Amino acid sequence: MLTPEQVNRVAHLARLTLTEDEKQRYARQLSAILDYAEQLASVDVSHVSPTATVLPVRSVVREADVVNQLLTRDEVLKNAPRSDGESFEVAAAITESS
Amino acid sequence: MIDHLTVKAVRAGLQNKQFSALELTRAYLKRIHEHNPRLNAYISVNDEEALRQAQAADERIAKGDDTPVLGLPMAIKDVLSTKGLRTTAGSRMLENYVPTWDATCVANLRAAGAIFLGKTNTDEFAMGSSTENSAYGVTHNPHDESRVPGGSSGGSAVAVAANLCVVALGTDTGGSVRQPAAYCGITGLKNTYGRVSRYGLIAYGSSLDSVGVLAKNAEDAAIVNSVIAGHDPKDSTSIHSPVPNYVDEINSLKSKIQNLRIGVPKEYFIGGLQPDVENAVREGVRAFERMGAVVKEISLPTTHLGLPVYYLIATAEASSNLSRFDGVKYGLRVNGDDLIDMYGKTRQAGFGDEVKRRIMLGTYALSAGYYDAYYIRAQKVRTLIKQDFERAYQEVDIIMTPVAPTTAFKIGEKVEDPLQMYLTDVFSVTLNLAGNCGISVPCGFDQQKLPIGMQLMGPALGETQLLSAAHTYQFSTFN
Repeated sequence: MLTPEQVNRVAHLARLTLTEDEKQRYARQLSAILDYAEQLASVDVSHVSPTATVLPVRSVVREADVVNQLLTRDEVLKNAPRSDGESFEVAAAITESS
Repeated sequence: MIDHLTVKAVRAGLQNKQFSALELTRAYLKRIHEHNPRLNAYISVNDEEALRQAQAADERIAKGDDTPVLGLPMAIKDVLSTKGLRTTAGSRMLENYVPTWDATCVANLRAAGAIFLGKTNTDEFAMGSSTENSAYGVTHNPHDESRVPGGSSGGSAVAVAANLCVVALGTDTGGSVRQPAAYCGITGLKNTYGRVSRYGLIAYGSSLDSVGVLAKNAEDAAIVNSVIAGHDPKDSTSIHSPVPNYVDEINSLKSKIQNLRIGVPKEYFIGGLQPDVENAVREGVRAFERMGAVVKEISLPTTHLGLPVYYLIATAEASSNLSRFDGVKYGLRVNGDDLIDMYGKTRQAGFGDEVKRRIMLGTYALSAGYYDAYYIRAQKVRTLIKQDFERAYQEVDIIMTPVAPTTAFKIGEKVEDPLQMYLTDVFSVTLNLAGNCGISVPCGFDQQKLPIGMQLMGPALGETQLLSAAHTYQFSTFN
């Protein structure tokens, strides 16, 4: 069973604020899923390479940059929750007191 | 006018002036407004713009223009970006998100003159097997409205099955095109990884995500696939391989069922498989045998490892992909005391239960101390699963299995137990892990008159052969 500390740590890493109820429920449900995943522990993978992509991995030479008409600034900012028309607006990440 | 219209019939009707694209679109919109309040297949209906697209299509047709999808009224799953048309991914997070650009597959269809009737319901960020995880309510299966349509492309499956569009796009990360197609009694093509560009597909598991087609039959899927498949410089994982003329190929390949080698893996016929499903799929296999195919039992010994591998890899990729929803660039923002607090509160309010659960699971599997035991180990077992298929395709051409262990289950039946819900994907996830293609084909009904789906699996870029086999089966069964 995942401990409350483990759940808090993962929630923080994932930047998720969770309610007490969610923390307890996820601890229980994630533990059941991880128990189920335990069957992978018994598979012999000592001589197996991991598959991150099914595509053949190949080295390529970077092509020269081509300037394309993509999105205008207005289009980029159109869906922003807050912007000043030139950039995204967020709360100060660094303040004098910190 | 529109009952059971196929893509092929629409094209013929438009060319023969049996109806105009505008008339057709009006008829579909009318039907959507009649039935969607009950079925909830669409999240957004594209009324005005669809009529404008129809008018433009009629003008092109009048000038003698012709494309495989010109004037075709279709639906798009709401995880595919549509310029100027709200794209929610089934999430509160994107409730007001209006893309300023099209996904490449959507752009291809738009350029070819297809008409977009609307955006179909989906489990939030395509995470689910029943369309119950949508922030916009559950979609109902038209064969029994107390049952789920499957998921996550449940809205697209219902839109096709209930004649609320001719054909629809879906996406498949672990079975999300094939399983709802099976539950709703239609055909669902899952493309080889990289065959269709993922550009503009709101990412869930990037090494697994693929775009597919939900259609009334394999020929319709082939027609639409010929428009959406192909290399895209905007997706570095899209395949550089010419797109076959699927429609010509499937009609000329018909005789090639003769001596087609079909493998039936014993690991897909196990306890927990509904007897009606087993019988219908075995009968489907026999139908191929009667048409001259050679059937042999094969073994895919790593089949049972597919689910745990899938749920570790997909959630790990999801935890990374969904970090972009931070309340800054697009989507919901909930203000907080500082930036970190804003992220936490925004994601708390914007994501639903299953999405949070998967982000938590994936973050855990990637976190220090667990990365090797879970994530890397899952990737290694993924290699074994892929090798199983490679071995099998040395002795058979296609593999036939059930799509899912049961027919459509009751709404609410599995909501409380995530692991039980995940188990419905046991026969579909292996294909995504191997990166291959597959197609879900209706093969009968159970005692409650619920549709059963048969899965035809093929090797990478085996779409032509799958579509051909499915088309021949459907042609011989229904004509």
